Amino acid sequence: MMTTAKIEVSKVSELQLKDLYDGFRNPEVIQGFAKLIKEEAKKLEKPINIMEVCGGHTHSIMKFGLPQLLPKNINFIHGPGCPVCIMPKERIDHAYILAELEDTILVTLGDMIKVPGSKGSLQDARAKGADVRFVYSPLDTLKIAQENPDKKIIFFAIGFETTTPMTTSLIDIVIKKGIKNIFFHINHVTVPEVMVELIDSRDEHVDSYNNRIDAFLGPSHVSVITGSKIYEKFPKKYGRPVVVAGFEPVDVMEAILMIVKQFNEGRCELEIEYKRLVSRDGNLKAQALIEKYFEKASLFKWRGLGNVPQSGYKLKSEYAYLDAEKVYAEILPKEEIEDHKLCICGDILRGMAKPQECTIFGTACKPQTPLGSCMVSSEGACAAYYKYGNLI
Amino acid sequence: MNKQITLAMGNGGEENNELISKIFYKAFQNDILEKSEDAAVIHGGELAFSTDSFTVSPLFFPGADIGKLAVCGTCNDLAMMGAKPKYLTCSVIIEEGFSTRDLEKIVRSMKKELEVNGAIVVSGDTKVVPRGSVDKIFINTTGIGEIQKKGISSNNISQEDVILVSRDIGRHGATIFAAREGIELSSTLESDCASLTHQVQALIEAGVNITALRDATRGGVSAVLNEWAKQSNICIEVQEDSIPVSQEVYGICEMLGFEALNLANEGTFVLAVKKEDEQKALEVLHGFENSNNAVTIADVTQQYEQRVILLSSYGTKRFLDTPTGELLPRIC
Repeated sequence: MMTTAKIEVSKVSELQLKDLYDGFRNPEVIQGFAKLIKEEAKKLEKPINIMEVCGGHTHSIMKFGLPQLLPKNINFIHGPGCPVCIMPKERIDHAYILAELEDTILVTLGDMIKVPGSKGSLQDARAKGADVRFVYSPLDTLKIAQENPDKKIIFFAIGFETTTPMTTSLIDIVIKKGIKNIFFHINHVTVPEVMVELIDSRDEHVDSYNNRIDAFLGPSHVSVITGSKIYEKFPKKYGRPVVVAGFEPVDVMEAILMIVKQFNEGRCELEIEYKRLVSRDGNLKAQALIEKYFEKASLFKWRGLGNVPQSGYKLKSEYAYLDAEKVYAEILPKEEIEDHKLCICGDILRGMAKPQECTIFGTACKPQTPLGSCMVSSEGACAAYYKYGNLI
Repeated sequence: MNKQITLAMGNGGEENNELISKIFYKAFQNDILEKSEDAAVIHGGELAFSTDSFTVSPLFFPGADIGKLAVCGTCNDLAMMGAKPKYLTCSVIIEEGFSTRDLEKIVRSMKKELEVNGAIVVSGDTKVVPRGSVDKIFINTTGIGEIQKKGISSNNISQEDVILVSRDIGRHGATIFAAREGIELSSTLESDCASLTHQVQALIEAGVNITALRDATRGGVSAVLNEWAKQSNICIEVQEDSIPVSQEVYGICEMLGFEALNLANEGTFVLAVKKEDEQKALEVLHGFENSNNAVTIADVTQQYEQRVILLSSYGTKRFLDTPTGELLPRIC
């Protein structure tokens, strides 16, 4: 018995990363799904447009070249699910102004620092002498605060439901340990509200009347936190099927097959492809933490889309002393800044235009000098088209 | 161009190229410089001449340190022109307060690596600057090497060549990234930092018909292939699944959203050799521990001029571009 146990332990320790992803990137499986989709798609009455809401999906779809495997009557519309892309200039300016303050360290997540606001990006602020740091985990901010007790640390919090619990964990520790030098500038946004905006909005900023979204590919990691329940209204109320999918190419291909089948079989449902991680209810502990510290802001402005009701979080008023927007209210500008006039990101996000149809795509607007939200990060639709091209 | 110099301008990618061409090439313009080779070929094609400055954080990292890096870097640039490194200069800028013991340790690594290359330091300079003026220590080395095989150039690659890589890619970049502050990753990964002189000499001695060599430092293999595609006016078609990537590097890339092709190497080189010599080149490389997993990764075609294409194993393709921007982890 002992020997057997030992062998099993050593087998586990020999488990390689490859074993975890190989099946999800298996060429034969991918090609198999491509064949099945092709067969199934022949029965479609009209072409369908599938929006992948999440930037992670956009990245996978472009990186693995999946559109090349799909028949012409299945199109992707690349959604607004890239948290740095949709950050409006006003809020990046806030970060820039806060970073420029003396004895202050501005901390944020990775690719946020390259997105330009009206004054420049946080990278530019750093080049001018501001102390801007990026962390991989928000909790690393604690170490920075500990090592710099005489400085104010401002955590510029960004991201969808996936990263929100990490910020609230940091808040939780800051409060429980009574740490005095960490403040928060909250820019967390939520997926379902912007999905509604894209298909149903009729306000002065956005008119989604002509949107061409037929179905949604639901985000992977957002759904791990929220559960699939947040999408239930889309098939029921808005007539759009949703399939929650993983990020690997096999996941995406399988989810597309599931969507096409729904159309052919006359169904309109919420289904989960990413069953290995997503449940209906999601991560309840993470949800409770969010509930504890955050409440919805009545409006959050999205770059490229304008103000979207109930789509962003803010700190509850009892934590105002941690809220950089309140603490530094006097120096943070409140005026709105218009998006670039020629930018058509809003239309791209609603599936009404493709990146190449934009007059400034690849000329004035490039990944190094992005003018609109979709070019800002590698997860944005325009940046993905620019980087990976549309080779066939 | 930006009004201020940003970190992205030193990434070995597109912004870096812009900085070099718009400021330095514009001012220094001459035929030798404009060839954009790893080392300048001078003195009637007899000598290779190159310089490189080194700054790395942390100074001591798994697999090497800044001293070894400073010797390998310049010697490898010489080797990439088919030259045998002979004479180096060594110039250091040290921050006030730096540990003498660490300095000795760094210089010892340099000595050891010079011996590996059969080269000597014949001139040097030291500056000590006030605290905060530099990050601990910056080292510049400049080297002269004797060219053993003439005509190696990144401007002459054609459809008669195949493209090889000398070993698994991305180790140095992944190691440094995992070791940097704010990224608390523990791994057994070591930098690939090593001198390439012996491999190159062996290839030359075996009579391999080498068209071009380039060590895939900043900007990684992506940058090399894109530079070659432009300089030789060719299309390079890479078989994605043939590119050797270690499990550790792959893991770091998956987690942080990087591509191994964009990560820096310090002892890995890309080769363009004539098709008929492909096997001979691989045999020579397989005789060295540092290149025993050398492999052919790409063909040269004319399909998309000056572009690099990645072909997947399931029948899709995409452009591989020169890396842009500062290396930053993706958010989710």
